[in-house]
Amino acid sequence: MLNNLIFANLGHRPIRTLLSVLAIAVEVTMILTLVGVSYGTLDQSAQRNRGVGADIWFRPPGSSVIGLSTAPLSDKIPALLMQEPHVTFAMGTMVQPLSGGFDSITGLDIDDFTKLNGGFHFLRGGPLVNDDDIIVDEYYAKQKNLHVGSTVNLVNHDWKVAGIFESGKLARICVKLSALQALTGNPGHLSQIFVKVDDPRKAQSIVDALKLKYKGYQIYTMEEFISMISINNVGMLKNFIGVVIGVAVVVGFIVVFMAMYTAVLERTREIGILKAVGGSSALILNILFRETLLLALLGSAMGIVLTYGTQWLMKHAVPASLVQETVYGWWPIVTGIAVVGALLGVVVPAMKAIKQDVTEALSYE
Amino acid sequence: MSEAGIIEVHGLTKTYQVGDVEVHALRGVDLQVSKGEFVAIVGASGSGKSTLFHILGGLTPMSSGAVRINGRDLSGMTNAERTELRKTTVGFVFQKYNLLPTLTAEDNIRIVQYIADREMTFAPGFQEILNLLGIADRLKHKPRALSGGQQQRVAIARGIVNSPAILLADEPTGNLDSENAAAVLKLMKDLNKRLGQTILMITHDAEAASYADRIVRMRDGRIMMAEHQTN
Repeated sequence: MLNNLIFANLGHRPIRTLLSVLAIAVEVTMILTLVGVSYGTLDQSAQRNRGVGADIWFRPPGSSVIGLSTAPLSDKIPALLMQEPHVTFAMGTMVQPLSGGFDSITGLDIDDFTKLNGGFHFLRGGPLVNDDDIIVDEYYAKQKNLHVGSTVNLVNHDWKVAGIFESGKLARICVKLSALQALTGNPGHLSQIFVKVDDPRKAQSIVDALKLKYKGYQIYTMEEFISMISINNVGMLKNFIGVVIGVAVVVGFIVVFMAMYTAVLERTREIGILKAVGGSSALILNILFRETLLLALLGSAMGIVLTYGTQWLMKHAVPASLVQETVYGWWPIVTGIAVVGALLGVVVPAMKAIKQDVTEALSYE
Repeated sequence: MSEAGIIEVHGLTKTYQVGDVEVHALRGVDLQVSKGEFVAIVGASGSGKSTLFHILGGLTPMSSGAVRINGRDLSGMTNAERTELRKTTVGFVFQKYNLLPTLTAEDNIRIVQYIADREMTFAPGFQEILNLLGIADRLKHKPRALSGGQQQRVAIARGIVNSPAILLADEPTGNLDSENAAAVLKLMKDLNKRLGQTILMITHDAEAASYADRIVRMRDGRIMMAEHQTN
């Protein structure tokens, strides 16, 4: 019976109901998109690093888990590392972040890279030959509409696209190491070194030995490093998600507050009728809270559906820069967030409703 | 038909505070209504009849005096206790029908059963009442699809579905044309006779009051006169 009344109430003002649901949906989509992009970007990063085929990752002291913005390592270190027991190969790269986005350009020696993992699988074109050559993965090519022979300006330099490779190894944009070092004023410097060992099962003991010798450097087995690529290990991202969730709860609170406050005002007489025929305060609260819960659940469901829309949009508009995953584990969390925000929003209108004088409410026009 | 005291009112007063001014709406009302009686309270606007209606229905608290409804003392009742009284003991019919606009006629009746934790089916006897009220075939319609007379008959059905000890009606024909008004009053009289339903009706219409067993006249917050009628 009560559900009949609740559905009837929500159906009585379809536009307001739809707007409330939509606003909650936007709140849900906002959170799920951010979380999805965070997971997607980190997972893509992990996948590309795994694709490098190295067993150990050698990084400068003090570098963050994701992203490298400097090249403080000497390019003599790979040769030194190759003299270590069990190390069969070492290759250094330089990473230069690109302004205005999440992308970066990686400088590498294509022959060394091929020795490490067999090299890139080119879909079109071929490897780096000239100093001005650049190779990009399929997603970056799609996002920037690049073809073999196209010219692209990065780091204030015009590069000619030599090849488009299958995504999944190291980076999306690669140039010759020496060219990037020269262009950025870092000759002889590297950002990171990938190390291959004779027996991957011994990687941890080799890391331990390297750590004793190269004190202060961040040296990890590849699996250890990949396991560290998570939201919890990226402090700024974790805080950012927290802020977005906070904003979303406030948005949900305000939307539901306004919708339910208006509903309570508009339904003053109806609330009076329910009280007159014996409806208790608990009944009035029950109706308002159930209505709000329904709004929040419908909004959450719509928000989840909309998330597939943002996913599609990113996949087609910025496939290289932003990758959005569907994070099913966050569906109940974000629904809970929407419900909490909405229930907070209905508290004041509900209090107003139960305090209404019956006789005044019945004479309300 | 009549037994003693389903409604007993002694020295009832009600004073409203309007700004700095005290408005004495009731100034010592004494009234007794027997079970099965149909009583009309008549009086001009401001005579205190609506205030008396609200107090007897547990919609508003009294200032002083003693009121017993079906043996329950209203003085000192909390809001929750007055809510319980409305749920179990009193049925209402209002001038403006006061049906929930989003529900069908049937659900407007059933919600009162739901609130009173009653089984939400219409007993065969109540089906007969719906037929008598002439709304049995209008139950699936929402109030806006019903005429004023039909809405008021739905409101009457809602008022008696839980078999309350008392049916309180506040100007039940105030919004109806004379034909519908006569039909509604006839139905109320019929319910009173058939079911022994105690009815206390507030009205300023002498024609409406003529359907009652007894007419109580109010003026300036006091009962001036009571007269029995032979219907």
